[in-house]
Amino acid sequence: MKNYITVVGLEVHAELKTKSKAFCSCSTSFGSEPNTHVCPVCLGMPGALPVLNKQVVEFAIRTGLAVNCEIQRFNKFDRKNYFYPDLSKNYQISQFDKPICLGGHIDIHVGKEPKRIGITRIHMEEDAGKLVHSGSTIKTSDSSAVDYNRAGVPLIEIVSEPDMRSAAEARAYLEKLKAILEYIDVCDCKMQEGSIRCDANISVMSEDATEFGTRAEIKNLNSFRALERAIDYEVERQIELIEDGGHVVQETRTWDDAQGMTFSMRSKEEAHDYRYFPEPDLVPVEIDDTWIERVKSELPELPAARQVRLMSEKGLQAYDAENIVATKAMAQYFDDAAKHTDDAKGLANWLLGDVSAYLNNENIEIDKFPVTPAHLGELVTLIKKGVLSSKLAKKVFVEMVKDDKAPKDLVKDLGLEQVSDSNELQKMVDETLAENPQSIADFKAGKDRAVGFLVGQIMKKSRGKANPAMINEMLLKKLKE
Amino acid sequence: MKVTAKEVRHIANLSRLTVPDSEMEKFTEQFNQILNYADILQELDTNGIVPTPYVLPISNVLREDIAVEGVSHEDALLNAPEVHNGGFKVPRVIE
Amino acid sequence: MDLYKNAAHELHEKLVKKEISSVELTISIYNRIDQVEDSVKAYLTLDKENALEQAAKVDKIIASGEKIAPLAGIPGAIKDNISTKGLRTTCSSKMLENFTPIYDAHVIQKLRADETIFIGKTNMDEFAMGSTTETSYFQTTHNPWNLERVPGGSSGGSAAAVVAGEAIWSLGSDTGGSIRQPASFTGCVGIKPTYGRVSRYGCVAFASSLDQIGPITRDVTDAATVLNTICGVCTMDSTSLHEEVPDFTKALTNDVKGLRIGVPKEYYAAGLDPKVDGVLKKALADYEAMGAKIVDVSLPHTEYAVITYYIIAPAEASANLARFDGVRYGYRDMKATSAPEMTTASRTEGFGAEVKRRIMLGTYVLSSGYYDAYYLKAMQVRTLIRQDFAKAFEQCDVLLTPTSPVVAYPIDGKMDPLAIYLLDVCTIPVNLAGLPGISIPAGFVDGMPVGMQLIGKVLDEETILRAAYAFEQSHDYHKVMAPLGGK
Ligand SMILES: [Mg+2]
Ligand SMILES: [Zn+2]
Repeated sequence: MKNYITVVGLEVHAELKTKSKAFCSCSTSFGSEPNTHVCPVCLGMPGALPVLNKQVVEFAIRTGLAVNCEIQRFNKFDRKNYFYPDLSKNYQISQFDKPICLGGHIDIHVGKEPKRIGITRIHMEEDAGKLVHSGSTIKTSDSSAVDYNRAGVPLIEIVSEPDMRSAAEARAYLEKLKAILEYIDVCDCKMQEGSIRCDANISVMSEDATEFGTRAEIKNLNSFRALERAIDYEVERQIELIEDGGHVVQETRTWDDAQGMTFSMRSKEEAHDYRYFPEPDLVPVEIDDTWIERVKSELPELPAARQVRLMSEKGLQAYDAENIVATKAMAQYFDDAAKHTDDAKGLANWLLGDVSAYLNNENIEIDKFPVTPAHLGELVTLIKKGVLSSKLAKKVFVEMVKDDKAPKDLVKDLGLEQVSDSNELQKMVDETLAENPQSIADFKAGKDRAVGFLVGQIMKKSRGKANPAMINEMLLKKLKE
Repeated sequence: MKVTAKEVRHIANLSRLTVPDSEMEKFTEQFNQILNYADILQELDTNGIVPTPYVLPISNVLREDIAVEGVSHEDALLNAPEVHNGGFKVPRVIE
Repeated sequence: MDLYKNAAHELHEKLVKKEISSVELTISIYNRIDQVEDSVKAYLTLDKENALEQAAKVDKIIASGEKIAPLAGIPGAIKDNISTKGLRTTCSSKMLENFTPIYDAHVIQKLRADETIFIGKTNMDEFAMGSTTETSYFQTTHNPWNLERVPGGSSGGSAAAVVAGEAIWSLGSDTGGSIRQPASFTGCVGIKPTYGRVSRYGCVAFASSLDQIGPITRDVTDAATVLNTICGVCTMDSTSLHEEVPDFTKALTNDVKGLRIGVPKEYYAAGLDPKVDGVLKKALADYEAMGAKIVDVSLPHTEYAVITYYIIAPAEASANLARFDGVRYGYRDMKATSAPEMTTASRTEGFGAEVKRRIMLGTYVLSSGYYDAYYLKAMQVRTLIRQDFAKAFEQCDVLLTPTSPVVAYPIDGKMDPLAIYLLDVCTIPVNLAGLPGISIPAGFVDGMPVGMQLIGKVLDEETILRAAYAFEQSHDYHKVMAPLGGK
């Protein structure tokens, strides 16, 4: 078998956080009764016309600037024609040949090497409504009910270059993009709720080929895991196909998460011909330098800048800082917790270690983490001050995620306070020395390791609560007498 | 002939329409008549001519991002051929 | 008293002087409808109860001594492609046979604010696609001058209603001549304003870049009056012009001295009925006698306008009419077992032949591989046509042309589509360039009215109204009532 290279490009749809829809004044709020945030425009009533929401353009410019795109001065909208019951006009207002942003990039890290992923374009468009199927899946349903509350909610579609070479790179790109969209506050970025949606264009090419292979477009990738699994599955499917002497057809496929497979979506001979043409109900949008400069000046801190700030202000290592800023929520948590400890490094270790492990285990994001930043900060401080050993701190942590109490109260409740009372410690040192004459002899004979053994004995005696630094000191003093 | 009956069928499919077989011949003929007439446009050299999709010399017609109450749920569904659970009921979405 | 014979501005005077009441006037219109509607068939829906209620309200306002707007209490008719909340709006299509709009078009909001009266909704070509009203799913409207002839279209019902005394004024919509051509065929006044002057919000879209609502009236003064009411900025229509709207009645000065009237030779070419040509030559001579200057001009791309239009308009229509899918409103085939099948069946059964032809033509010219040769090319030729007008208007203030090369022809529904399309040659270029155009009665040929078209510069409705008014005042064509004969 030949060696194959994986080639992936992503198309990411992000729902913009506007108050009203893209082309009408209906509310964008989520989770209401069906067809209650609708009007003649988003219901596609005869005679209704679109009027563009200024905030949509603002958010698109902001996004473009955040991912290093060139903002286009002349903008127009086009109609993308296709029939589907959730599309109230049976055309989507989108941008075809004049997208608002062109030619940007995002830098990702997979392993040690940084890599730059190109962004081809970003364009503005409107979302469709929602189909509620009568059965459990679209295939088993006799009927569906259409809800147009989401119809007309503004989207930006961010199209990458086919620059990713593995599922891990695709994931890293999507994570980075999601972080940026969160930082600049243009999108809620809740993949589960569909406020950020991802389609992947996947192809394989043999190592010695000079051109990309035929790609398949995979839809319905609703989580990072789905994205990775779908790429791995699809790459394997395509390689097998080629190795068996077949060839990949350019088509749209859907990811079935339960079955862990992609399926062709082509129905009969329906070739897609969207018949784009300029939307005559909207006039062009011209963006001048003043507008761009204003948006630029209002741009919030981006992950890269925040990473640098954490390194210089808090003394974090590059790797730790990068991981802390990977999501806006994590970075915010760090900042909030850091107010309660001066051990930034220790805090970072906790966040990237035990806290992250907990989040992974529970499959939640940091915004659902039960421990408040203040309490985690206090925990780190207790360790730093020597009130808790890191071993005991882990015990406290386990309690904290169950019941978010102040760590110093938990320490008391659990009776885990470190013993730093010198009288008490001296008693333990004296007892231990009395019980272990051989160790004293070893020490005197030059075997320094004996100290470690004795410290261990004392820790055991104190059930881990003895302050190790203090007993170390006391032991040495006593041994050297 | 610019288009054949087969192409007419494809266009009908894209338009979500059907042309019955009995009308196909006449329809195709009239369709071609119009398309043949359109050939006169090819006489014109339009190289470098900027197209006119909009006659108005205006741009940047933008609305402030303010949410306003839409129509009532009853009005939204007033003309619906079929309703189910507050939605517009349609038969199964895939054929 | 035959109140229905009066123009709106005359009736306004009578209302204000309390010589008549709005209720009286409205009843007179419905009585007239009872008499003639069977032979004219201008209306699809009447709204008598609400009309009379509204008339009574206006009478109260007048009795209270409050000032009223010029159209207050004066019965008008609305083309059935303009959205009227709670009142059936069909676009003359089976597709919308039982459709009740949930909102008012912007023009309807403005007219309601002025306390006018809506008699009912008028017949038209289905979705405004046609020039005869014969493509209506429900009925063909008959020309009040000769009931065996077409009233023109697509606003044929609106024109016939005004001419037959079934309304004092009406609204039409004009995408390629749909106000001016029926006005010409039925001997009344119809104006298509500059694109963007009147909001399209609530006008069921045919071709968005071309559609414009406008008045159809007995005389030029009424046209200016209705225009005053319906023009203006609309925040629901992105293509609405944010321009000051003048009082158009102020333009009616009866003075054309020094006015430069351009005569584009391409509009007086082969295909023009020689008798119609004679009427127009006479009109030009009359203008000259009134002190206007006649200037020969050329609009060299005129012959390309019709096909350009029949590419652009169907292209836009193919998308605009995609929303009629049987999901949210309109006709639904109940036998289908899947949504795609349901939509295809609903559209196939719900749309008439001409609508389907244009949707498919539009789909074709936009489809992959044909876009450049047809749609893009047409948009480029549209530029050339606009440039023609810009050049011509360097030499003149208005253009005078036939509205249609022929007078109203017999109802038979047998003409080839292309042959009918080609008759729109005089009106189509005006829409392509977004200019204002008016058609007024210019004389008669064999007992049928002949219209002449005055085309103005962008936003210069005032000059065409001035020229139209001067001609109207020196002739009596607008005072001759249609005989309602021939059948
Ligand atoms: Mg998209
Ligand atoms: Zn809406």
